[in-house]
Amino acid sequence: MPETSPPAIELRSIDKSFGAVRANRDVSLQVARGSITGIIGENGAGKSTLMSILYGLYEADSGEIYVDGRRVRIRSPRDAIASGIGMVHQHFMLIDTFTVLENVVLGAEAGPVLRPSLAAARRELDRLGRDYGLRVDPDAIVGTLPVSEQQRVEILKVLYRGARILILDEPSAVLTPQETEQLFRILQALRARGATVILITHKLREIMAVTDMVHVMRHGQVVAERRTAETSSAELAELMVGRKVRLALDKTAPQAGTPVLRARSIGLRDSRGVRLLDGIDLDLRAGEIVGIAGVSGNGQSELLEVLAGIRAPSDGSLAIGERVIDAAHPADPAEMRALGLAHVPEDRHRYAMVAPFAANETAILGYHNEAPFSGTCLLHHRAMVGHCAELMDGYDVRPRQPALRSSSFSGGNQQKLILAREIATRPRILLVGQPTRGVDIGAIEFIHRQLVAARDAGCAILVVSVELDEVMALADRILVMFGGRIVGEVAGDAADERTLGLMMANVWKPGET
Amino acid sequence: MSRQPLPPWVDIGLIPIVNVLLAFVVVGLIVLAVGVNPFTAVRIMVTGAVGYPEAIGYTLYYTTNFIFTGLAVALAFHAGLFNIGGEGQAYIGGLGVGLVLLAFDSSLPALPLMALAVLAAAVFGAAWAAVPAWLQAWRGSHIVITTIMFNFIAAAVMVYLMVNVLIAPGSMSPESREIAASGHLPFVHELLAMAGITMGQSPLNLSIVWAALCCVFVWVFLWHTPWGFELRTMGHNPSAAIYAGVDIRRMTVLAMCLSGALAGFVGVNEIMGVHHRLILNFTAGYGFAGIAVALMGRNHPVGIVLASLLFGMLQQGGAELSFEIPAITREMVVVIQGLIILFCGALANLTKPAFERLFAVLRTRSTRAQASAAEA
Amino acid sequence: MKTLTRSGLCGIAAACIAGIAQAADIKPAVVFDMGGKFDKSFNEGVNNGVERFKAETRMTVAEFEVTNETQFEQAHRRFAQRGQDPILGVGFTQANAVEKVAKEFPKIRFTVIDGVVKLPNVQSVLFKEHEGSFLVGVLAALASRSGKVGFVGGMDIPLIRRFACGYEQGVKYANPKAELLQNMTGTTPAAWNDPGRGAELAKGQFERGADVIYAAAGATGIGVYQAAKDRGKLAIGVDSNQNHLHPGTMLTSMVKRVDVVAYDTFKLAMGGTWTPGVTVLGLKDGGVDWALDKNNAALVTPEMKARVEAAKADIIAGKITVHDYMSNNACAY
Repeated sequence: MPETSPPAIELRSIDKSFGAVRANRDVSLQVARGSITGIIGENGAGKSTLMSILYGLYEADSGEIYVDGRRVRIRSPRDAIASGIGMVHQHFMLIDTFTVLENVVLGAEAGPVLRPSLAAARRELDRLGRDYGLRVDPDAIVGTLPVSEQQRVEILKVLYRGARILILDEPSAVLTPQETEQLFRILQALRARGATVILITHKLREIMAVTDMVHVMRHGQVVAERRTAETSSAELAELMVGRKVRLALDKTAPQAGTPVLRARSIGLRDSRGVRLLDGIDLDLRAGEIVGIAGVSGNGQSELLEVLAGIRAPSDGSLAIGERVIDAAHPADPAEMRALGLAHVPEDRHRYAMVAPFAANETAILGYHNEAPFSGTCLLHHRAMVGHCAELMDGYDVRPRQPALRSSSFSGGNQQKLILAREIATRPRILLVGQPTRGVDIGAIEFIHRQLVAARDAGCAILVVSVELDEVMALADRILVMFGGRIVGEVAGDAADERTLGLMMANVWKPGET
Repeated sequence: MSRQPLPPWVDIGLIPIVNVLLAFVVVGLIVLAVGVNPFTAVRIMVTGAVGYPEAIGYTLYYTTNFIFTGLAVALAFHAGLFNIGGEGQAYIGGLGVGLVLLAFDSSLPALPLMALAVLAAAVFGAAWAAVPAWLQAWRGSHIVITTIMFNFIAAAVMVYLMVNVLIAPGSMSPESREIAASGHLPFVHELLAMAGITMGQSPLNLSIVWAALCCVFVWVFLWHTPWGFELRTMGHNPSAAIYAGVDIRRMTVLAMCLSGALAGFVGVNEIMGVHHRLILNFTAGYGFAGIAVALMGRNHPVGIVLASLLFGMLQQGGAELSFEIPAITREMVVVIQGLIILFCGALANLTKPAFERLFAVLRTRSTRAQASAAEA
Repeated sequence: MKTLTRSGLCGIAAACIAGIAQAADIKPAVVFDMGGKFDKSFNEGVNNGVERFKAETRMTVAEFEVTNETQFEQAHRRFAQRGQDPILGVGFTQANAVEKVAKEFPKIRFTVIDGVVKLPNVQSVLFKEHEGSFLVGVLAALASRSGKVGFVGGMDIPLIRRFACGYEQGVKYANPKAELLQNMTGTTPAAWNDPGRGAELAKGQFERGADVIYAAAGATGIGVYQAAKDRGKLAIGVDSNQNHLHPGTMLTSMVKRVDVVAYDTFKLAMGGTWTPGVTVLGLKDGGVDWALDKNNAALVTPEMKARVEAAKADIIAGKITVHDYMSNNACAY
């Protein structure tokens, strides 16, 4: 990196407020041409806002943006693309029923007639595939491709539009460890060809693995800038949260008791008859944490839904105490709650909260018919607010405002409130999906400790997470799911990342070599 | 440019007033185009709506209907259901009122008779809404389609009954016989006359009190009962409702039944309050207007009351306008009403960015002035 | 025909001519029905009469078109309060409103068309639509080659069934073996103003073999007449003389002289010879009739004309009694 060439991106004093919240405060940073630069920070630190400003999704309140040393005004993604900036979003912006080629060309057609655009795009895709190792069948229907290849299509789309600067927002969230490795090789190939990559992530491991430089953001500001080679995970973690954190969890050996939930040969088919779950056997014992590892979409979500009573199993049965639940005798979530089962869903926005509701309303969701919140026919507002304030105190939910809209809380605080709600009922069984998805490091630690405390109090806990680190840190037993089946079981302290990763990809089973 | 939030008095005070003024400017231009002095037109419209006791009576009479149908749409909307069937539910609710009054007006004293009629309005309206709700909950038929269909079915049922069954013997037109006086809800001008206050005749009757009670009921139900909690949960996030143990199907039916019952109360106002006999077409589009009322009132009872007042004023003021100035036809009145609703409702945020810019500039200036003052 | 009608209608009043001599200062007003004054049919007929009165006398006539039923009473009362006199209410739906307001203002004269209000200051004017419909029914049966004739009604209410029933009797009178196809456009007031649906119903009846259709459906009839023209079949107009709409395919029109009623109401009031009471206008009085003019002269053979005129004479003479549906709400004759 010769000092004479201007940086690919330079941001000067970027400020951005949303109402009273200052999402970015006087942010200045430089990204060298031909580098992979990481931006790391807790949720709500302002990483995504900053990148949205760079990509033209928001306009900064003040500050300047320079691309290759020239000042530019970016008011829309169109401006960003014209300046050579492209973005790969966390949620893919692809049309499932179109082919790869059509998706790449969409929005960048060369004229009113499609055929010449497609022919040119086919040649260009071929070249990009050779140059960067980004090989995808241009005629495949996008919806039929695995997630990792869809991500490649997203990257191809950006390159096809002539981007020299790529922004990737949490790209590994949907990938297996092996697929993540592959992605990193692609990023390195891009760098070798002179492209500039900005990687937004909250995973320290990835920063350490692939970046040249790293900027740490906290509370809307850039608090540190390090050459990756000269820093460590521990230092970055400390910079992110502003204090030392333990990534590993101290926990005692489990005192596993009797099984409180027994699942036998649980199967689930969707309306078209596709098998989503197949022959699941599972015992949950009081006082243990069972972790489920697996790449998203291998049946973990469906398993949680069946156990929580949201969907009835098509085959097999589920026993909680005397109650046996099967296809002919389903139980709804309300009955499950009455049986002592609490559920922190994977997708909290979809299931666990109602965005426009006040926090105190979200804090009784599912328990709204119970005393002291509900009398014979009226809700007791004071009891609701008091209960919510208690939960907020106990779980350090900020801001401590029971009347605030649920959606106004950050992801981590929403999750803490939901966890507080479910644990507060002292359940016999607790199902937790993605306990720390979108939660910052400080809160992760807190949530993990709460789960272990609940376990120690005798609760049977099932944790489903796509974060291997998390499953390994929490679980006393780890079950690996693939294709709707449980493909392996590993004791928590005997698990290692590589073995689990291979099991998750169903290429290795315990006992094989 | 910083987009600071506007002060509340601007957001809920100044901007709506500016919107109404803007609407009147556009209306004025149109009125001018047909050669009428726009100031005269506005004056007639305003005095026609609120200028004298009878006018206020008419305005509030219309308001009553709009409150019922507005609440009906809003309640269903909170459950995530788009009830387009207010018209039909009001029609059938009125049928219920009429049947009860015709059957018992000679045998029951006034108070139980009226209570029974109000109950009938609720039951008939609810029943008419329950069928589309059931079809949506158990059969997946889209409620927008089915409620629209049920409007037509309601009209056909009413015509059949009025023409063939309920028509007063020897009557020229399809109307029932007149209901006995014990089944007449007292007019407000009659009550005032008893208190020694004279007010010109208007169709305003005690239904408006019932409408006010319904507003309170809807508010309490939605925000202060567990059922309302479940209903709103379902409306905002059906998945979360399932998670919370809400029976979506039963809640769909419950929400639609309440919605239909509210719409059915239009029948109380029209049949028991005003016409005192079953007639055809007494719903006159109130059910559809309820959609606009609910949207404009942001689905909140207070907003619905305000929106209903505006709609009532437009209805009465508009009628007065075409009454006084023949050059302004009733079609033009509809255009004028539409423009005012457009500016106050759909384009409510039209002027907001301009105000935001204006206030940002004002703020910067005052900050600079303070800074220079401090330096000095 | 006009002279015929005029002389017939003069029967309502004692003496028109004498009245005009001592013209009083009146402030006439008219309240139109929901259809509006440009409905090409019933209300428009009234409006034509009002316009003729305005043109002849250079007086202004206050007018109002309602948008809902509650406004009938409001409009009549507001006119009465302003001292408008006489006030003309158009359509049966206004009868109740006129009754209420007329009681409150006994000094003001009201006329209501198509409805009956028995008060000393109200004149009610009814028409024997069934008699006129009988005549066009006779004509339809005679003109039909297929032996099938059609009827398209507007909103399904007793008044329209009266049209249908009279028509049916006329058809059967001329050809007992004739088949009659009947459709009502709808059950809401929208049925008065739906030409598209009218055309559809007419096409349906033509498909089923009908070759003459009588439309008593307000503006919906426009679609029926158009469909008849497109297919080269015959149609019969209603209320106003609609023969001119499609010369060559409009067999005739059943005219109902509401324009004359409107004109006469004001004219008689002006002359001080307006009288209350119920007036029923039939063939005898020229209140209803069939229309023959240059537009349909080619379609009506001398034999047809003779048969129709004979039937008309028989009705007037009382040799034929046309059953009125509204007398017992049934079409049994």
